Amino acid sequence: MPPLAQRNLFHDKVRLTVTLTGIVFSVVLIVVQLGLFLGFTTATSNLIDHSGADLWITSKNVPYVEQGVAFSERKLNQVRAVPGVGDAQKIIARWTQWKRHDGGQDSVQIVGINVDDPMERPWNLVQGSAQDLKSPDAVILDELYKQKLGVTGVGEVFEIGGHRARVVGFTSGIRSFTTSPYVFTTFKNAQNFTNLREDQTMFILVRVVPGASVEQVRRDLLEHVKDVEVFKTAEFNRMTTFYWMFTTGAGVAVLIAAVLGLVVGFVVVAQTIYATTVDHIREFGTLKAMGAPNSYIYKVIMKQAALAAVMGYALGMVVSVFVVHGSQKGGAAILMPPQMAVGMFFLTLMMCVGAALVSINKVTRIDPAMVFKG
Amino acid sequence: MQPAIAVRELTKKYEEGASGTLALHGVDLDVHAGELLMLMGPSGSGKTTLLSIMGCILTASSGSVRMAGREVVGLGEKQLPALRLEHIGFVFQGFNLFPTLTAGENVELMLDLKGISAAKAKKRAQELLEQVGLGEKYGAFPADLSGGQKQRVAIARALAGDPGIILADEPTAALDSHTGRNVMDMMSDLAHKRGRAVVIVTHDSRVLNFADRIVRIEDGAIAGNTEAEMVPPGLWSHSLPQAAVGLV
Repeated sequence: MPPLAQRNLFHDKVRLTVTLTGIVFSVVLIVVQLGLFLGFTTATSNLIDHSGADLWITSKNVPYVEQGVAFSERKLNQVRAVPGVGDAQKIIARWTQWKRHDGGQDSVQIVGINVDDPMERPWNLVQGSAQDLKSPDAVILDELYKQKLGVTGVGEVFEIGGHRARVVGFTSGIRSFTTSPYVFTTFKNAQNFTNLREDQTMFILVRVVPGASVEQVRRDLLEHVKDVEVFKTAEFNRMTTFYWMFTTGAGVAVLIAAVLGLVVGFVVVAQTIYATTVDHIREFGTLKAMGAPNSYIYKVIMKQAALAAVMGYALGMVVSVFVVHGSQKGGAAILMPPQMAVGMFFLTLMMCVGAALVSINKVTRIDPAMVFKG
Repeated sequence: MQPAIAVRELTKKYEEGASGTLALHGVDLDVHAGELLMLMGPSGSGKTTLLSIMGCILTASSGSVRMAGREVVGLGEKQLPALRLEHIGFVFQGFNLFPTLTAGENVELMLDLKGISAAKAKKRAQELLEQVGLGEKYGAFPADLSGGQKQRVAIARALAGDPGIILADEPTAALDSHTGRNVMDMMSDLAHKRGRAVVIVTHDSRVLNFADRIVRIEDGAIAGNTEAEMVPPGLWSHSLPQAAVGLV
């Protein structure tokens, strides 16, 4: 086939620019909206995702991780006695106040852990180590929140919940969904910072012994430990994500924006592809008059749309990568995992081909007798 | 001899407005292979409608159109394109070349529609362009060609499908005298030396003496059917050397 589709696309540089701009705009818009949704979703369950635990034990009726209720740490021994439990550690995740040097205060989420246990250790450390938390009053926070909390470097001393706290390290990219940054510290410090009684914990994390059934251990825990809930990590993750994304309405707003991004993207792409087809409507009429079956014309239009999609996607991804990279230093991360990048390719292709179907509808109705009109 | 196109009792009514418009009624016409027939008449008389129906682009309201012995009235939208592709070559007033394709590719497109392989199509397109005296313009885009050259490319494209019937709508209207005459020489050769049935719709009285027959249409009906010897002399004659035309 002579390169009609390619030529139609490339012949008019202005039209090509407009078409590609439309597709690039759509790709970036959708990546940003979906990426924000994904970023927010990930942020809501960061602590759970990185806990390394199989099971989370909470007090009764805890709907999500930030809403933990203190319970007796003596349950830790009961948990450890249940068959199939390999490792069990108490942790604290609770809001409290961080006092800056300028006297201002900010809400933070204290994460109190057993430094010697791999569960719930701070990850993505860029300065300091988890072991540094063993030093008195030590805390580690994310460098994203340095400015917010008035921190300039390691060694600085602040006040958390009325107690002395000293920064010993920084993580990178650990965002919280709320505006309250995570502050990692030892379990003991966390009790002090959050004014929790010495015999209380907020959660117990469990890792089952290799080969044991997580579900069976969960059932056994519920049977042997009273007045607690036992969730699989994935389940607790879903509950927390659902709470923040849908119960609060925050996620609904982002999701609606993402859907709108899709709709606007489709409309923009449809309009540009349609305009490109209409520009060549007389030529398609000539093709029909010459005896080309509709399928031949559809092939030309589809090829045109697919070419536009590939080019628009490639350019859109270049822009998106910059946008995603730029967002990493901000409070709201836009995430674009490889699956999303691949998915975007097919989505762009679908949008362009779908838009071409609108054009095809127009071409199908061409009266080939138009070729005799002027 | 069986006519290339045989039209009988042809009626075309456009269903627009309260009563519709009767564009053609009671038209009988035969066009034979090797004949150059001109359809003339005032604007709105129905000659382009007749050309469109003979070209299987428009469907008749009633009557019969037989092409190569096959009845085409009543055929569906799916069968007509194949019929056009097999039997008919079109030459348009506005050339209707694809501006984004080169002259050669414009001709190749027709061959591609016929299912001819790319390599063969390229070779055949080159031959056809040489036949219309544009062998060196294979890679030229329509925008870089003169009106006469564009119409010659259009003729090469029409010939690419090796059709028995050539239908031309005002092929000289957009051309100056010299190139118009050149194009008419080609059309004449297509009929007389290559045995095509050529039907030309025209207002251009300069081309009359190229016709074997002139059919005059008025108010949707045939008002006159004049044989060649009765054709009044036009301004143009078969003056170009045949070698220059290159269709022999």
